[in-house]
Amino acid sequence: MANYTEDELAQDLENQEYKFGFTTDIDADQAPKGLNEDIIRFISAKKEEPNWMLENRLEAFEMWKKMTEPDWAHVKYKKPDFQDIIYYSAPKQTKKYESWDDVDPEMKETMKKLGISMEEQKRLTGTNVAVDFVMDSVSVATSFKAKLKELGIIFCSFSEAVQEYPELVREHMGTVVPTSDNFYAALNSAVFTDGSFCYIPKGVRCPMELSTYFRINEGGTGQFERTLVIADEGSYVSYLEGCTAPQRDENQLHAAVVELIAKDNAEIKYSTVQNWYPGDKNGLGGIFNFVTKRGICGLNSKISWTQVETGSAVTWKYPSCILKGDNSIGEFYSVAVTNNYQQADTGTKMIHLGKNTKSTIISKGISAGKSHNSYRGLVQIHKNATNSRNFSQCDSLLMTDECGAHTFPYIECKNSSSKIEHEATTSKIGEDQIFYCLQRGISEEKAIGLIVNGYCKEVLNQLPMEFAVEAQKLLTISLEGSVG
Amino acid sequence: MDVIAHKKVELSSKLEVTSIAISSENKRMALEVLENTPLPTTRTEAWKYTRVAKIGKIAFTNQQAKVANIEKFNIDSSAATLVFVNGHFSEELSSNELPNGISYSLLSELKELPATKLKLENEIFNSLNTAYLTDGVQITIAKNTAVEAPVQILHILKGTEVISNFKVIVNAEKSSQAHIIQGFFSEEGDKKFCNTTSEINVAENAVLSIDKIQYEDEQSFHISTEEVSQERNSLFTINTSTLNGGFVRNNLHINVNGENCNSVLNGIYLTKNKQHIDNHTIVDHIAAHCESHELYKGVMDDKSTAVFNGKVFVRPNAQKINAFQSNGNVLLSDDATVNSKPELEIYADDVKCSHGSTTGQLDDEAIFYLRARGISKRSAHQLMVSAFIGEVLDLIKNKNVRSYVDGLLEERFGWE
Repeated sequence: MANYTEDELAQDLENQEYKFGFTTDIDADQAPKGLNEDIIRFISAKKEEPNWMLENRLEAFEMWKKMTEPDWAHVKYKKPDFQDIIYYSAPKQTKKYESWDDVDPEMKETMKKLGISMEEQKRLTGTNVAVDFVMDSVSVATSFKAKLKELGIIFCSFSEAVQEYPELVREHMGTVVPTSDNFYAALNSAVFTDGSFCYIPKGVRCPMELSTYFRINEGGTGQFERTLVIADEGSYVSYLEGCTAPQRDENQLHAAVVELIAKDNAEIKYSTVQNWYPGDKNGLGGIFNFVTKRGICGLNSKISWTQVETGSAVTWKYPSCILKGDNSIGEFYSVAVTNNYQQADTGTKMIHLGKNTKSTIISKGISAGKSHNSYRGLVQIHKNATNSRNFSQCDSLLMTDECGAHTFPYIECKNSSSKIEHEATTSKIGEDQIFYCLQRGISEEKAIGLIVNGYCKEVLNQLPMEFAVEAQKLLTISLEGSVG
Repeated sequence: MDVIAHKKVELSSKLEVTSIAISSENKRMALEVLENTPLPTTRTEAWKYTRVAKIGKIAFTNQQAKVANIEKFNIDSSAATLVFVNGHFSEELSSNELPNGISYSLLSELKELPATKLKLENEIFNSLNTAYLTDGVQITIAKNTAVEAPVQILHILKGTEVISNFKVIVNAEKSSQAHIIQGFFSEEGDKKFCNTTSEINVAENAVLSIDKIQYEDEQSFHISTEEVSQERNSLFTINTSTLNGGFVRNNLHINVNGENCNSVLNGIYLTKNKQHIDNHTIVDHIAAHCESHELYKGVMDDKSTAVFNGKVFVRPNAQKINAFQSNGNVLLSDDATVNSKPELEIYADDVKCSHGSTTGQLDDEAIFYLRARGISKRSAHQLMVSAFIGEVLDLIKNKNVRSYVDGLLEERFGWE
């Protein structure tokens, strides 16, 4: 492999198959295809929801019907037929799991394959990860619930939260991402089936990482989950989210809504490793990932988004921070890898409303094959956001001559005491860098690995330990075997 | 869509379709666009930060006017000068002769104009300029000639609710070399509108540099579109200095069609009161082995707004491109706004492209340093601002143009 060249790396990237493309053979309880009021009532009834929730859903559906799909993103795809999607699919056993042992062994196997085996994790002690596992649309298992409860932390599936903590859900849901926010948010508000809910009480530092795993299993389904994380005053939580889907030659839709609320002095760290099925070598199949993520910061609070995007045929995702409270901080760290015919249009919005607010954006894009990778970001400094500060850096790395890397930053400033910096570069791996490594006896393969790893390090370092390992694994799903 | 967006433009209601010999296909198309296209709103991406509704409401007319002399507007007194008032050629104010190697003809004198390279579809202002073309000039630089002496084209707007649809065509032929100065000024009158377009063709091995100064008053609108095509081994430089003007929109579009080209775009914009200045630039790298350098800097005061949008395209197979873009902004007042949108769209891999954008304010510590040495606050501010934009000003090679710009800065911003 001494003569391993960039071309070969590109070749390898192209040939790399999706590792999580298995389906799990579990009976599913499904709604018929299509979207109408009856389906929404059906979902709501299935979930045994209170009336206000059903009303919310119907209202959202009315709004959605009047909206059109956004087309400003730098992506091309065949618009999904919203009548050809199954909006509700639940693994058949809907009875509540009393303990881990009750979980269907086949499902356990699924989780094991995903590398998030709870059994394994249960063996670990100390700082551990509590996992909420969402398959198709329904949350199937939540671990470490009792332990968290002692501290007053609520971590459960969204539907459970609707049943047990309706006031909390009702008070906060839709306050960050209103129903009318955009096409997919409205769709999600109408048909969401489950998701995770997390509440950290005042002054509590969550002792473990909270984690949700999402998996689309059934064919022809869409996944519409909703996550709501509330960090009350002075609390801290680190939240992880992972996504996979089986290999299918159809495009499946994933339209999630994530809302983060960091009250005064609170901190939320939200990390995502997204590895939905990206479609095959010829661009067939794959997940359409249209996600709305947003957080709102109170006084002195902090929200940090970290994402590693390796999957999905089309990604449309802009985790944002509304820096409402004075001295609040917003961060966005992103690595997006696209290969074959994948398309990603991702970035962030930092809305500075409060005084002395700070935001940092680090975005690293890697394009290979015939893929297109775009960064689209907004930094908006409002008039009263005195002494605000933003630093953005968006770098793109190009692997082949058929891929594309694009940058679309929007920088709007209405305040004369604020400082904004934005820089972006696009290049391929420097021949001089490779030459330097080669000269020192490092093989080309290792050199490319070294450079790519170094290139992403800034973002990967932000991930919590447990996830960083996994993220690196995922990243190198496209790069390992070929590079370090 | 709302009603206002679909209301037909008033702009051209009192104008007569041009009698200049533009291609009939262009004329048909331009009229069709004006008939069917609504004015862009802030929902149109290219006009996201700039509202043109105000322009659309005025029924402009075109009138001939007389200007006593051009003493005030004479950017470079050593240059051969062509003067246009409201788009009409003013023979008595212009020089009789152009330097050897450069020739000109008025568009109204041409038997036939080549088909336009401007985009007409959906482009209401380009169409307006094409269909209602007032007049303009075509300048040809003969091949294998290097013209040392500059040529300046001065355009003066005068009158109320007057429009000038002015056009400049520059053909720099093979291996030619020239320097052109463009100045846009105004005299008395309210709500004047200068809607100008330029088509600039830089042939193989040609070297062309343009210094453009915009200094119309705060009661005027100005929209200019420059369509530049560069062929193999050519070098094109443009320095845009926007120092006054109520509403200014510059569309600079450079198509780099041949290999080994070098494109340089620099700009400064200084605003105060309620000015609105919008610079949209596109550098489209179609061929390989080229370089482009872009540097735009602005200082905004009072309630003014500035917009910068720089796009760099690198098309597939346009390998070995080095494209650099930089935009710097200083806000002097809390009511001033800046919207910056530097964009890169790259479809080739062996490239080095970067862009940077900064927004900030004058460094308090530096000002304190100066003031501690007995320099007044005002002078300290001015020193800092001039150092900030000096980087761009220094790129203006023509000394006469530079000193003229310095003069304007003194006149408008009270620089010493």
